[in-house]
Amino acid sequence: MKYIDEFRDGELAKNLAASIRAEVEPGRSYSFMEFCGGHTHAISRYGLSDLLPPAVHMVHGPGCPVCVLPIGRVDMAIDLALNHGVILCTYGDTLRIPASDGLSLMKAKARGGDVRMVYSTIDALQIARDNPEREVVFFAIGFETTTPPTAVAIQQAEAEGLMNFSALCCHVLTPSAISNILESPEVRQWGTVPLDGFIGPAHVSTVIGSRPYEFFAEEYRKPVVIAGFEPLDVMQAILMLVRQVNEGRAEVENEFSRAVSRDGNLKAQDRVAEVFELRREFEWRGLSVVPYSALKIRQKYAAFDAERRFKLDYRSVPDNKACDCGAILRGVKKPQDCKLFGTVCTPENPIGSCMVSSEGACAAHYSYGRYKDMH
Amino acid sequence: MAEVKRGYVRPLDLKQGRIDLTHGSGGRSMVQLISELFAKHLGNEYLGQGNDGAVLPAPTVDGRAGRIVMSTDCHVVSPLFFPGGDIGCLSVHGTINDVAVMGAAPLYLAAGFVLEEGFPLADLARIVESMARAAREAGVPVVTGDTKVVERGKGDGVFITTTGVGVLRDGVELGGSRVRPGDAVIISGSMGDHGVAIMSKRENLSFDAPIESDTAALHGLIADMLATGVDLRCLRDPTRGGLAATLNEIAGQSGVGMMLHEKAIPVKQVVAAACEFLGLDPLYVANEGKLIAICAAADTKRVLAAMRAHPLGREAAVIGEAIADDHHFVQLTTSFGGRRIVDWLAGDQLPRIC
Repeated sequence: MKYIDEFRDGELAKNLAASIRAEVEPGRSYSFMEFCGGHTHAISRYGLSDLLPPAVHMVHGPGCPVCVLPIGRVDMAIDLALNHGVILCTYGDTLRIPASDGLSLMKAKARGGDVRMVYSTIDALQIARDNPEREVVFFAIGFETTTPPTAVAIQQAEAEGLMNFSALCCHVLTPSAISNILESPEVRQWGTVPLDGFIGPAHVSTVIGSRPYEFFAEEYRKPVVIAGFEPLDVMQAILMLVRQVNEGRAEVENEFSRAVSRDGNLKAQDRVAEVFELRREFEWRGLSVVPYSALKIRQKYAAFDAERRFKLDYRSVPDNKACDCGAILRGVKKPQDCKLFGTVCTPENPIGSCMVSSEGACAAHYSYGRYKDMH
Repeated sequence: MAEVKRGYVRPLDLKQGRIDLTHGSGGRSMVQLISELFAKHLGNEYLGQGNDGAVLPAPTVDGRAGRIVMSTDCHVVSPLFFPGGDIGCLSVHGTINDVAVMGAAPLYLAAGFVLEEGFPLADLARIVESMARAAREAGVPVVTGDTKVVERGKGDGVFITTTGVGVLRDGVELGGSRVRPGDAVIISGSMGDHGVAIMSKRENLSFDAPIESDTAALHGLIADMLATGVDLRCLRDPTRGGLAATLNEIAGQSGVGMMLHEKAIPVKQVVAAACEFLGLDPLYVANEGKLIAICAAADTKRVLAAMRAHPLGREAAVIGEAIADDHHFVQLTTSFGGRRIVDWLAGDQLPRIC
């Protein structure tokens, strides 16, 4: 595959691995957080950690849209499907997130809820056009990557007068989550989570650009290297981070320059700003309530806001007590530190959200890497 | 006064007609459907007996009684017609393959149809014709069958269950529990063609991909492999859940692990590309005309040569080996140079969001 295989070349990987090994300073340890689930997935899927020297540790971050969605938000979607008779359109990964009462959207579907998997907001709009007598709600989740398509769908629905369409907005913001981690006592005060730098998001950064990370690099003295989701991108980013650490630099560097600019996609940013505004606070799974970390639909588009339309109230629901998803999402624990990991919590029967999506730290480790714990 | 024609029944309207509840009610309409559609296309001396069951000769191999292998498979597929095939030929190939991978020569098929009220007769005719063609080409007749009609909304057009019977020569013992560490894992061709062909035509997902389902009957290829006289440990067709599910199944049954090599696994460009943008892994995508063969490492060359000499095995490749592993993991060395597990699938493969 053109433009793909070039970034998965095993020979180049060997060369990069050799460079990383050569540049790692003896006696020094390097901990880098890959913020995005896409990177977590690539690291596990391609067995990338096998190529890294033991001094380089990768810490999985909270950037998996499925993992950070709190139970209460999934409950709202299930409520819409089961009690409001709507057609609930959702991205595939979201179907299996465990929610209250042993339900998930997939189980709600089995109980008669009209839940449909879509690949894009365009599909959801089409479902609304095809079913004018039904209410169609799009379960809008994800970081800055999936936000512009939701904005476009809402504007398109307004332009067409598609009044049976609305969105349950759960879009969250990457920079807020990064600050939350950097501000956490484990990182800032106690230093129990050593973080020497970040691999910055790929797709998110195509939208927001590299500028928002400049603050972190400066304020917290942490290097950030924005990287693509292909395995060579990740290797190259690690090498760049090692160099920054060695040279005592804390800068934003862009490995993913083939897709990311400093300003990002201004058109997409404009659309988002037209339709959404900041929420005062939003609960994240793992990070708890984070101020100004999510978006809500502006008053102007209230008619397309499922929360207003169906008068939904958010109710916070605590995670299973034994589940360590929270600590895992903050990088404080590894999946295999959780008592539930691989025992009662497996991809077939996830207890916590990190076991759901293949981008989740637990699912990625369980599906691709657990042999390492057993030999 | 009209002149009544004795015994006259208006022929089935195969252009505009649709299945209705009378086609399953045991009356004239049902008999008509069977005779004008099913019997017409699938007819043979056994089906023609017209009794509640088919009376078949005792199966023999080389003039001696053989053991009987029997397998059944329910076919539900959406869409019913897809590039490279349809539910009709699929239901013939699927069951023939299940019998054949046991090492048996498939002899007969039985077919059960669940039809949904309102289903176009023209589509049904296409499906039955396709079944008949597949059965004829494979030399395995449909000797008995049944039809039921369910109300509209209670089926998905057509469900077909086929049961196959085959005869197994004494001495041939294939099975998932016979694999030993060191054995070679071979596949007969590229992975994921069928699943991607189906997905490319799903209602909410259609994309243009020049890919056809690989649906095919594998008993000819298997007969050639058995003719080498090599002690094949196990043959299996990686259908649902793809290569990954089938190898995990075998690893568990035999109590071994597997080590695969990503570079060696043939995946067509177009399949790889489709999986890439759908966020799927081709190792988990279904095949309908491929088989996995496991044999002692020393026999690899002979098996591979026999496979490559057959049109359905031209791209056969050794993709890995069985290893000793108490955890029965199927592992993979990635083309990138790392290692990972190829695990069971948890539920359906769902596309990732980001």
